[in-house]
Amino acid sequence: MSNAVSTLQGKVAAGEVTVREGGLRGMITFRGDLSNAKLKSVCKSLTGFGVPEMGKAASNGDKGVAWMSPDELLILVPHAETNAAIAAIEKAMKGQHFLAKNVSDARTHLTVQGLFSREVIAKLAPADLHPDSFKVGDFRRTRLGQIAAAFWMTDDETFEVICFRSVGQYAFDLLAASAKAGPVGHF
Amino acid sequence: MSTRLALGGRLVNKNKAVSFAFNGKNLRGYEGDTLASALLANDQMLVGRSFKYHRPRGVIASGAEEPNGLVNLGKGSTFEPNQRMTTTELFEGLSATSQNHWPSLEFDVGAINTHLSRFLPAGFYYKMFIHPRPFWKYVYEPIIRHSAGLGKAPTEQDSDTYEHFHAHFDVMIVGGGISGLAAAHSSAQTGARVLLVEQTADWGGRAVVDAPKIDGLTAQEWVNKTVQDLESMGNVTMRLRMQGSGVYDHGYVLAYERLSDHAPEMEGPRHRLWRIRAKQIVTATGAIERPLSFAGNDIPGVLLAAAVRDYAINFGVSVGDRTVVVTNNDDAYRTAIVLKNAGLDIPAIIDARTAPEGDLIDEARALGIRIEFGKAVAKVKGGKRVTGVEICTQAGEGAVLEEISCDCVAMSGGWSPVVHLWSHCGGKLNWDDVQAMFRPDPERAPTGADGLGFVTTAGVANGHLFTAEAVADGFAAGRAAAKAAGFKSKAGQAPLGECAHEGPISAVWLMPQGAKHALRSKAWLDFQNDVKVSDVQLAAQEGYESVEHAKRYTTIGMATDQGKLSNINGLAILSKALNADIPNVGTTTFRPPYTPISLSSITGVAKNELFQPIRKTPMSDWHAANGADFEPVGQWRRPYAYIRGTETVEDAVNREVVNTREKLGLLDASTLGKLVVKGPDAGKFLDMMYTNMMSNLAVGKCRYGLMCSENGFLSDDGVVARIDEDTWLCHTTTGGAERIHAWMEDWLQCEWWDWKVYVANVTEQWAQVAVVGPNARKVLEKIGGMDVSKETLPFMQWADGTLGGFDARVYRISFSGELSYEIAVPASQGAAFWELLLAAGQEFGVMPYGTEALHIMRAEKGFIMIGDETDGTVIPQDLNLQWALSKKKTDYLGKRAHERSHMADPNRWKLVGLETLDGSVIPDGSYAIADGTNANGQRNTQGRITSTYYSPTLKKGIAMGLVLHGPDRMGEEIEFNKVDGTTVRAKIVDPVFYDKEGAKNNV
Amino acid sequence: MLTLHCPNCGVHADETDLHAEGEAHLKRFGPDSSDDDFHDYMFQRQNPKGVHFERWKHVYGCGKYFLAARCTATLEVFGTYSAQTHEPPQAIKDAISAKRPGWSWGDFS
Repeated sequence: MSNAVSTLQGKVAAGEVTVREGGLRGMITFRGDLSNAKLKSVCKSLTGFGVPEMGKAASNGDKGVAWMSPDELLILVPHAETNAAIAAIEKAMKGQHFLAKNVSDARTHLTVQGLFSREVIAKLAPADLHPDSFKVGDFRRTRLGQIAAAFWMTDDETFEVICFRSVGQYAFDLLAASAKAGPVGHF
Repeated sequence: MSTRLALGGRLVNKNKAVSFAFNGKNLRGYEGDTLASALLANDQMLVGRSFKYHRPRGVIASGAEEPNGLVNLGKGSTFEPNQRMTTTELFEGLSATSQNHWPSLEFDVGAINTHLSRFLPAGFYYKMFIHPRPFWKYVYEPIIRHSAGLGKAPTEQDSDTYEHFHAHFDVMIVGGGISGLAAAHSSAQTGARVLLVEQTADWGGRAVVDAPKIDGLTAQEWVNKTVQDLESMGNVTMRLRMQGSGVYDHGYVLAYERLSDHAPEMEGPRHRLWRIRAKQIVTATGAIERPLSFAGNDIPGVLLAAAVRDYAINFGVSVGDRTVVVTNNDDAYRTAIVLKNAGLDIPAIIDARTAPEGDLIDEARALGIRIEFGKAVAKVKGGKRVTGVEICTQAGEGAVLEEISCDCVAMSGGWSPVVHLWSHCGGKLNWDDVQAMFRPDPERAPTGADGLGFVTTAGVANGHLFTAEAVADGFAAGRAAAKAAGFKSKAGQAPLGECAHEGPISAVWLMPQGAKHALRSKAWLDFQNDVKVSDVQLAAQEGYESVEHAKRYTTIGMATDQGKLSNINGLAILSKALNADIPNVGTTTFRPPYTPISLSSITGVAKNELFQPIRKTPMSDWHAANGADFEPVGQWRRPYAYIRGTETVEDAVNREVVNTREKLGLLDASTLGKLVVKGPDAGKFLDMMYTNMMSNLAVGKCRYGLMCSENGFLSDDGVVARIDEDTWLCHTTTGGAERIHAWMEDWLQCEWWDWKVYVANVTEQWAQVAVVGPNARKVLEKIGGMDVSKETLPFMQWADGTLGGFDARVYRISFSGELSYEIAVPASQGAAFWELLLAAGQEFGVMPYGTEALHIMRAEKGFIMIGDETDGTVIPQDLNLQWALSKKKTDYLGKRAHERSHMADPNRWKLVGLETLDGSVIPDGSYAIADGTNANGQRNTQGRITSTYYSPTLKKGIAMGLVLHGPDRMGEEIEFNKVDGTTVRAKIVDPVFYDKEGAKNNV
Repeated sequence: MLTLHCPNCGVHADETDLHAEGEAHLKRFGPDSSDDDFHDYMFQRQNPKGVHFERWKHVYGCGKYFLAARCTATLEVFGTYSAQTHEPPQAIKDAISAKRPGWSWGDFS
């Protein structure tokens, strides 16, 4: 709908590493038995990807899926298609014990792109971000500064970061400050 | 005098002069100097005053252990006190001022304290605290205040930036001397991910000063080659100017990187705090030379022997023209040899040992240096500068045999391995009687998550003082660490070191050994805090036998250098006074950080707007642009009131209440928690969570619910809506969303894990607006889209639909007693929906209202507020909410607790309304007074205020409170205390002050 | 600062990603239980120096609870395991026995 705006409306902090609010992104919290055949098939049909392994994510443009916990997936779809996707899940999962809720607007989506983007994240998160330890395809929920966040890489220089909407400004400022401070020269 | 030598200075670039200022005086040094070496080159021997007696202090060391050379560094927003000049690299324009003196460094009034030292003994503060209070307040306190304190506090906010960095390694090596380099090399060869850090600006440690041979190369050549090798390895990270500051549980290490202290014009952060996880840590931290305890060992010009050598070799600076070397070991002979070879005068080497032998002694003798065995310094002569030493026999009591004139004394009492990082996390030490030092006990290393040791110590830090052993030990330690981290050993040989043969040390803790009180009371142990040999002996005499007690009593080791020079000497004096062995007395606890690190590095980026996360609703920007006076509610900032024109906050609150009651108010209620609970067992689950029944709530309806802890106390409340057959939506308080979500997950994951229930926190998915007041329905009907009439959407029901083109879920619930709708729209559309309501509401007199108006309106209706009426000790029964405690249910969280005798006590204070007779507002937190006093002589109480406001609707003060037998005492008057000591009379009334019959909502 | 392996998501989690949630394996006593049982359930804790069983929540990570067996004196971790169990798995008990022969904790040994 035309009234819909993302948290920071596409704000950008450009530099050697650029931090960009990624705009509206359709996100669904999908809880259920991840080994359930119906769940697997609706995940595939909505995102193009199967249920990821523990700690993994797969995405392509606006569509994707991430492993959140042993009974939860994060489904990524175009923002305008979120409710339709939920309807599809509800239809597919009828009779099963599951939960599918639109959380698109409860989140802020940021991208961190540039040569030392790994170091920008490692300044803020206690995770091991060494290139041997964290690669494209890995998905990590952890602490970013003082907030909870999740991130994954879409290529060697690009992180996608999501956090709660209410702290979107904080997350953006935090990442922008860490990017502005320059590389550590470690990774 | 101290001066720059014509030759020498491996670290300074004599082609690049650097100008700097000390106490406003413009001076010149060279690139590569430290502030200490540059000041010595300018004959600035006096650099500060000690803490207690304001005695003149000169630099005593050349590295991180320096206790004396502390300065205020920088100006304005880069000002920083207590900076060690021995670790401050010189840069163009550096400006430093000395500390702890008044009115000037040269002439200091506080120095009178040294003559009063008899009256300022150890334990002075403890002893004085027992004096009568006025004496303390009017005599001691002002005098001590005036003279106490090191450095000045900065007056401006720090303009530099700082950051953290998280990094994970297999092996971390602390110390870039030859042992650390060897350890890095051997561990890196296994393929392990290795970090090597060195706190100074150069690799090589002491070896490159003393120049032994390694693998046939000079130490410098070997260091250069090894550094080059390591730099070419992709699995090695090397950092200079980075200190391993603390070792913590499970291989956590804090390392402090000083990026631009030496070059303030550099871009980027000033300090970076590395938060490291290392599987294995190697501490190759070297050793610190010990001072000797003789009278006058604190006079400027008395330095550690190795420091004198460092200044000559590293910086080309001579501390004095005539240097007397005083020692109990061979190493100090190196200083004599270096100085002699530089053309300086060595009047004598005073060696406390009776008949030592070794290569270095032979070499000194061959240079024609006079050597005196079995001798000691009885006393150093001089005030602000050494002028000579009196010599006596070490075995005697200090009878002077001879006076030797000199302007520098180079002393060495032996070496103490730097065991700090080994000890931080529990590594134990052994006393090595032969070498007179504590060294790490490899059998008792700090243990990690797997129960095995995770710290290995290497080289000099491991007690291997000589090159061959040190470098071989470093190699072995690196190997062992890599293996423990899970890497297979590679073939390879340890580097071969060679150096002069040295004879054994002889422990000397006091010089001369029978020194009388007059000498002992001038023999300093702690140079910064002014602790003397006699003070420690006094502490022992007065019963402070534990080393930890003696430390606190005398303040030894409690200064900013944390006793790096003083602790072992003090301990030895204490053990002698107690007639105990050194290992039986033990050491004080080594605590991180190794040297002080900047508070800003700990803060990192978390300052100003990044100090803490501030949570914002989709309408936050509108609030900020429209006069909102924000109040913190958890990490949210909610408008307290919207100030218009010249209004006071109070005016605004009253206007908002009246307008909402008479016309139309809007509240941003987005912060209220919203939890979706779904599943076949969701009803059963909610019946456990809430005290009242939720499973029988009809789809489409809402019910107010209470939650208690297992202990029975009220924890949260809110309106629950039944969405469909197996889905409920639970509203929580603003501060309760995350907490109640976690509470639900706790029970689902850890107690009833077989129940089929999923919970999702959808709080932030929705922007929620409370549309409140007599005109509420009118504005919704105007924007149109769904039927919100009394018939279609009666009180305590909800419906989905559209309003003004927005997808909306509308709850007909009221926290004000007015006709009220709470409308949820997707958060991305919240700002637009808010604006639409404001525009459409103009003709109905719409005004937004803040949290204070919300609070007043709920209090006028007698609605409780979690956090006001509850404080973690209040049960539903206290608030007359028995109706919400289901009698049909056999169990709910808190039910068992409600059966406990104290919970059922009829004397528990209960909720009532309170109205002052004079219409005034009772102060918040006021207690209702009762007759008599309690055992402590305090006035008895019979109740307390929980909420108190001025009601603009009723134009008088109203309050709620908990009162003994309150509900049975309607109409009775009781008294509440006020801040000014008087009381105010109030009548006990029904807590519903306004619209008791609910007519306003019943439309 | 501890690191604990989260058995739910496989992350070797830093303590700052975790939240300590008190003693594990408490048995709930609800309505109709005796005063003593309820008192012990609410307030009585083992608080040992040595082997201990604790609840942890991977609060910044997967959001799931897990249980940890560790030594409160040395911080050695014997293992982490599912929160959906009434007693430590045999493998955990064996791991403790190997390190701390003769240990006991509540009803377990």
